[in-house]
Amino acid sequence: MLLNASGCLDALTAPEVARGLDAFVTKTVTPLPRDGNTPVRIAETDVGMLNSIGLANPGIDRFLTRNLPQLGALGVPVWVSVGGFEIDDYADICSRLDDHAEVSAIELNVSCPNVETPAESAAQIVSASRLATRKPLWAKLSPAVPDIAEVARAAQAAGADGLSLVNTIRGLKLDNRTLRPTLGPGQGGLSGPALKPIALAAVATCYRATQMPIVGMGGVQTGLDALELIAAGARHVALGTVLFADPDAPARVRAELHAAAAERGWSQYEDAYAVAHEEALSAGTTLDGRSSV
Amino acid sequence: MRRERLRVVGNEQVGPYTLLRVARGGLDPGVPGQFFMLEAPGRLLPRPMSLCLAPRGELAFLVDPIGPGTAALCALEPGQALHLLGPLGNGFALDLQRPLLVGGGIGIAPLPYLSEALGRPPAVLGFRSDWHAQAAELVPNAQACVEPTLVTHLIPAGMDVLACGPEPMLQAVRALAPTAQLAWEAPMACGYGACYGCAVEIEGELKRLCVEGPVLRAA
Repeated sequence: MLLNASGCLDALTAPEVARGLDAFVTKTVTPLPRDGNTPVRIAETDVGMLNSIGLANPGIDRFLTRNLPQLGALGVPVWVSVGGFEIDDYADICSRLDDHAEVSAIELNVSCPNVETPAESAAQIVSASRLATRKPLWAKLSPAVPDIAEVARAAQAAGADGLSLVNTIRGLKLDNRTLRPTLGPGQGGLSGPALKPIALAAVATCYRATQMPIVGMGGVQTGLDALELIAAGARHVALGTVLFADPDAPARVRAELHAAAAERGWSQYEDAYAVAHEEALSAGTTLDGRSSV
Repeated sequence: MRRERLRVVGNEQVGPYTLLRVARGGLDPGVPGQFFMLEAPGRLLPRPMSLCLAPRGELAFLVDPIGPGTAALCALEPGQALHLLGPLGNGFALDLQRPLLVGGGIGIAPLPYLSEALGRPPAVLGFRSDWHAQAAELVPNAQACVEPTLVTHLIPAGMDVLACGPEPMLQAVRALAPTAQLAWEAPMACGYGACYGCAVEIEGELKRLCVEGPVLRAA
């Protein structure tokens, strides 16, 4: 399945782009409306970009009355990304989404680098959200933790159905002339090609730790990038920064993904699922970097 | 919204700026003030550029090489190809009694196409130096001034002002002409409402300039 990364597409301003995906993931919804952070909010880096949007969104009330009915009419399954500042925020939004047939799944954004991180752990948020909804729950994790396998196992034990890997990691760009931060809020989340090796490592590690379904994302520009994430253990792939440069990316990446699988002798790209682990084991090394012999 | 890979057909120096001419392909030139996202060779993100001129079969953009992306665009040679997405955003409203074009620096970029659409109305332009002021030749019926003279000193009362330029100029124009149409600029990654990077304060709220603008009413 091909999705967008949360916050990288507005299906209401670009419905034709969203219709090229197998599911549309909304920008993160929080309890109250948020204007977002002070501009400047984006900056290109050498092999990626920084953003500090700050979870700009209409809040759950307006999202339910205004956005969701329009999203439901698109004809694409809708995943709602949920954010908050304490555990109850997540649980409340999940329970309010539970009755809405338009919502196919919920992604818990427990890892936005641009707002104050919830003090509670990812597992506690998953646990409270699990009690509040019957919808499939995907936990979106940050790779910027000492041991992502531990976080993934805790999310699994708390009732998550899958993992979204990875969110951006914090970065800083300085203006060449003034040597002051380019972004208004100072630091931002790094995305784009620079993130790809980090995403591959997180997907491989969490696959080995949990065998849970994973949506892999981070630096996917081509079908081969997507195939690599699948080989590392992702069931699905999401497009992020590439959508900014190329709104035709869903169709292009899908075609390239099929072609890249076919070139390697697979009739469907799903056949590449987790193959990186087989080869790594036969070579005597596990993908988390430790020797198996 | 349409994206095509198109061939460069010309690259002309105008003072410090480059007029980049690209084959039009199947793209619509759109309304003056609308913009296109131009693939910047070797860079991750495209760059937003308002259309400067629409000669037959072509689209032309005035580019100021201020960073790695715009420098890469200015270095493109005839025969090379790049992706263009557009036209995007909202352009100028053209049903006016007494139009006056006001431009500052690279902000004159949309004015040549706008001038054609309005039947070559008067224009006043401000530049940093005589070298920059060479770009005034692109705008018909233009009166140009160079710092320390400010372009706002050249705006007569009672005109329907359409302006594009640096933010301090637009703020000054807004104070003089509350009904002016102003074309704003903001860093943007996508140009079609996806990234939320180009937020600016509109009516007390942060909104996406690429969706709500780039041309906004002053008041």
